[in-house]
Amino acid sequence: MSRSCRVCALCLVTAAALALVGCSSGTGNEAGPTSAAPTSAAPTTPEPEPLTGELVVFAAASLQDTFTQIGDLLRADNPDLTVTFNFGSSGTLSTQLVEGAPADVFASANATTMQGAAAVVNESALFTHNSLVIVVPEGNPAGVTSLADFANADLKIALCDPVAPCGAAAEKVFTTAGLTAAPDTLGQDVKATLNLVTAGEVDAALVYKTDAIAAGDAVETVTFPEAAGVVNDYPIATLKESANLDAAEAFVALVLSPEGQKILTDAGFDGT
Amino acid sequence: MTQQSADPRTTPVRGSAPARRRRGRVPVALLVPAVLGLLFLVSPFVGLLTRVPWGSLGSLVGSEPVMEALWLSLRTATAATAICLLLGIPLAWLLARTSFRGKDLARAVITMPLVMPPVVGGVALLSLLGRRGLLGQHLDAWFDVTIPFTTGAVVVAEAFVALPFLVLSVDGALRGADLRYEQAAAVLGASRWYVFRRVTLPLVGPAVIAGGVLCFARALGEFGATITFAGNFPGTTQTMPLAIYLAMERDPDVALALSLVLVAVSLAVLVGLRSKWLAGLVGVSS
Repeated sequence: MSRSCRVCALCLVTAAALALVGCSSGTGNEAGPTSAAPTSAAPTTPEPEPLTGELVVFAAASLQDTFTQIGDLLRADNPDLTVTFNFGSSGTLSTQLVEGAPADVFASANATTMQGAAAVVNESALFTHNSLVIVVPEGNPAGVTSLADFANADLKIALCDPVAPCGAAAEKVFTTAGLTAAPDTLGQDVKATLNLVTAGEVDAALVYKTDAIAAGDAVETVTFPEAAGVVNDYPIATLKESANLDAAEAFVALVLSPEGQKILTDAGFDGT
Repeated sequence: MTQQSADPRTTPVRGSAPARRRRGRVPVALLVPAVLGLLFLVSPFVGLLTRVPWGSLGSLVGSEPVMEALWLSLRTATAATAICLLLGIPLAWLLARTSFRGKDLARAVITMPLVMPPVVGGVALLSLLGRRGLLGQHLDAWFDVTIPFTTGAVVVAEAFVALPFLVLSVDGALRGADLRYEQAAAVLGASRWYVFRRVTLPLVGPAVIAGGVLCFARALGEFGATITFAGNFPGTTQTMPLAIYLAMERDPDVALALSLVLVAVSLAVLVGLRSKWLAGLVGVSS
């Protein structure tokens, strides 16, 4: 009884395998009239086939709002596509990708973290730029007016940890300004650093212009001239091991398209 | 047959060879999952060991940032353990030796830091002791004291997550201890405070030490509440777990070396004290 069942199952598996082989060789070798119709029609009509499956995007924490919008935009044209984001410190994401985290797209907040993932990503493209601003809690209780205030040990100061791009940029800002900052804590990514200001736990922090804008009325922004010299370039790339390369390429294309660029510049990013 | 199976339970022949033979072979249905469970717990550490850069280990571990993080971790975990002992033993006594309304609820609340993510604990601490927190805003306004981002905040975060370990362990021992000694002391005229100091505490001593060790180990490994409430700054608040997390992004070799140090320290504490004291704990509670 059980033996005949096993034989049965084996037959089924073999049959299924044969059917698959037959199918793939059929479409590959001969351009039959039925199967060729959609593929030959594709180049003439600009509308691509709708994307399906899952698209996993690893992106810098600073891209949370804009990439969510761009993801919604892509999904509007491809209702069968699921877009999943993992936002975090570019450094963390880069490590996760090198360790084999399954993803299709990686967008980081500086070139260093993209290079860190060089073994697993395809060629990257720059898609936007960002710069730092000073943020203070609503009402600016400590009266912070310039970058020099960051050297004041009496103030509670938060910066990003140097492993995160915003921290690397902050280090560069202080070096060019010839200042030694006196931070009390180093946030693991830009959102963590910003949240300390929003919560009023620190008197000032250095975050991206875009994050300051996104925080709205909860924080006040102080611009400083030294920021102009330190600009973060954001690269984006598809993953070599992507399970959904079509969708990954479509997402990257959308980010680089005028539509995607408008979302980014509207949020305060500097266009390419 | 029934007599035979009941026999090992009543006679305390634990560990002796004839007793083991009488119990028969270890059932495969238990042995296989047990060995799998052990492998599951041990093999990740084997993986860790294979990746450790042994050649440069000395210079990595001896470097100043690593020593700074380790020293900070040991200091804060010791202070947190002291706080746990100071607050935890009386709390455990209260739960085990008195009756009051809502005791079950109190027990449930005490175990909360045990089951919820430590980050939640960090957020909760921030909303109480942060500069805009329920209590913290007054500390800031009246005494110009801010707790977050200080070494003290690390101790608070660690004590918060570690306290339940001590309370549960001592509470369990107290409830299992023989009440007759305390009753005898009371009959002889000893005050409750005297009984606690001279009878109860020595009776549950091993449980106190075991709980303290667990506290220390938990405090040493604390990450979520610390980074949320105390922040992250080398020398002040960057303990070993935080240093490992951030080194993982900067230089994985450093992270591996740090992990090895932390594993070695934790293991030394647990093994060293286990053989000495935890054996005593088993003797008391059984």
